[in-house]
Amino acid sequence: MSGDIWVLAEQWRGRISEITYEILALGRDLADEAGVRLEAVLVGSHVRGLADTLGTADSVLLIDHPLLAEPVTPTYADVLAPLLADRSPAAFLVPLTNISLGIGTLLAGELRLPAVNFCRDAHFVDRRLRATCVLYGGKIEAEVTPRGGATAILGIWPHARPPEKGHSKRLPGVEEIAASPDAAPAIRFRRYINPPAGDVDLTKQEALVAVGRGMRSKENLELAEALARGIGGAVCASRPVVDQHWLPLSRQVGKSGLTVKPKLYFALGISGAPEHVEGMRKSDCIIAVNTDPQAPIFNVANYGVVGDALELLPVLTRAVEGRKRAGGGAG
Amino acid sequence: MMKIAVLLKMAPDVVEELEIAASGKSLDFKSLRMAPNESDEHAVEEALLLKERFGAKVIVVALEAPEVDEALFGALANGADRAIKITGLRENLTTAEEADVFTRVVRGEIGAIPDLILTGVQAIDDLDGLIGPLIACELGLPFLGVVVGLSPCPDGAGMVALKECPGGVRAEFDVTPPAVLGIQAAERPPRYVPLAKLQAAAHTKKIELVPVPLPTDPVNPLIEVLRMRRRAPAARAEMLSGSVEEIAGRLCEVLAGQDLIEE
Ligand SMILES: Cc1cc2nc3c(=O)[nH]c(=O)nc-3n(C[C@H](O)[C@H](O)[C@H](O)COP(=O)(O)OP(=O)(O)OC[C@H]3O[C@@H](n4cnc5c(N)ncnc54)[C@H](O)[C@@H]3O)c2cc1C
Repeated sequence: MSGDIWVLAEQWRGRISEITYEILALGRDLADEAGVRLEAVLVGSHVRGLADTLGTADSVLLIDHPLLAEPVTPTYADVLAPLLADRSPAAFLVPLTNISLGIGTLLAGELRLPAVNFCRDAHFVDRRLRATCVLYGGKIEAEVTPRGGATAILGIWPHARPPEKGHSKRLPGVEEIAASPDAAPAIRFRRYINPPAGDVDLTKQEALVAVGRGMRSKENLELAEALARGIGGAVCASRPVVDQHWLPLSRQVGKSGLTVKPKLYFALGISGAPEHVEGMRKSDCIIAVNTDPQAPIFNVANYGVVGDALELLPVLTRAVEGRKRAGGGAG
Repeated sequence: MMKIAVLLKMAPDVVEELEIAASGKSLDFKSLRMAPNESDEHAVEEALLLKERFGAKVIVVALEAPEVDEALFGALANGADRAIKITGLRENLTTAEEADVFTRVVRGEIGAIPDLILTGVQAIDDLDGLIGPLIACELGLPFLGVVVGLSPCPDGAGMVALKECPGGVRAEFDVTPPAVLGIQAAERPPRYVPLAKLQAAAHTKKIELVPVPLPTDPVNPLIEVLRMRRRAPAARAEMLSGSVEEIAGRLCEVLAGQDLIEE
């Protein structure tokens, strides 16, 4: 048991994901608390150059192999498992992203290690690791501790720390780890399909009117379109709205969709699940309308309204139009 | 013919108020309303779509929970071939325990390992790991998650799985069965079951009950919940109240302050 803290340094298509730096910052805090080393584990093909950006870690364990060019979940888990079993760090921090999803639990299942999912923070308390987890769609927080002395696999939500804290100009030491991935695995990467260009570029909008399942039906989206027209913005959506085919994928905000930073984000009938919030929390001003006073969206909003979005929308749109007319603006 | 097993799990309905149990370490299950885990419903739909398009035998397996019968009869009404309800369980199982009972049913009741095992990509209570990868480990199968489409491979045996990546990018993977896939969304929204169809299924079809007794206490759980609490809304949001007109007026001020209303 080395007692060190490890971070899975996620890279995708030649770039280190931003969440990697966030988790490096968290890992740095943990390693400093415990007085142990922080190691970043980088897996891929021709990714040696990326290791130099991981200087927040004391060193980088590099698994570089042509068969690891794309993130095939079981293949990545297979090459990580023997390393983890051999070196037994105190904890292995794995990002909760679409790219890395499943790697942590596969390692835990394979090696019979404790897994703590949905972590937003972690500390050592009396030398025992303790994680703060956000679960049940963001409504509940739990303090969780792994049992026994084995390596704990922690799945970490985005935004555990500001990414800037995980950047460093220091060059980390790099240890190359030999691996021989299965050349004919049961799951094999074929190709990427880029999204069709959307009708609007959400990332360029000053104002977004975001609709969630609380809008109830496709017909009701017209109410949001009217407000968006009034304030010169566009309509975007949470995942269920896109899954119901009410709006195309190009309008989805969140983990699998786009990350947006408009001046104003108007969240209507959106609960504020962590996967949605990670795509919009950096908006300058967030207004949330939700019938549920406990909705987690109010945790990130600047202004909140507990009420029915369907009732508020037409009144608000009329008020906006009225104000424009009163001001004599052309809109 | 391809055999597909789908795990359907009930999870607390988070639209309802969630109460914490007196122990302070879990939800109060007596006060909860349960609903099918959303991505599990998509997993069922994806299995039914595969059956319709390419032919398959679909077995839906659910863990006993309040309101689960309705979900199982719904799956039968929509074309599932078998519906199995695992009984004899404690409430508040860990995800590892759920994976364990499911694999026992796969080995025992279903007999052979199905070509595909579909689960939802994630459940809101998967605190000790995701169920799909845990099942994959127990059965020695490969796992791929965040799957949003499945079809037979155009140029050979096996399946092609479409996985969602960030920013709307999708990746295609070849999958040689048997495999466990975590479904994020079916290609079509899960179909609605009209009440009459549901009632007809409840009369003509049967849910198979399979007891899988578990010890009353969790067996050496690998993690321990020390405390659970409702997240207090952050003080950040300024809550606006009043009549709808008053709120609309106040929001107009905010919008104008952001220069979003050109006066
Ligand atoms: C791997 C993965 C990736 C994901 N990626 C994304 C992603 O990119 N984007 C995303 O959004 N989600 C994503 N999700 C899904 C996410 O977990 C949530 O399920 C989703 O964000 C919930 O959407 P919602 O808030 O619209 O619906 P719900 O959570 O169902 O919330 C609906 C809300 O509407 C409120 N409401 C109901 N009626 C009204 C009314 N009349 N007026 C006002 N409020 C009302 C309810 O109180 C409730 O809070 C992902 C999940 C996973 C596992």
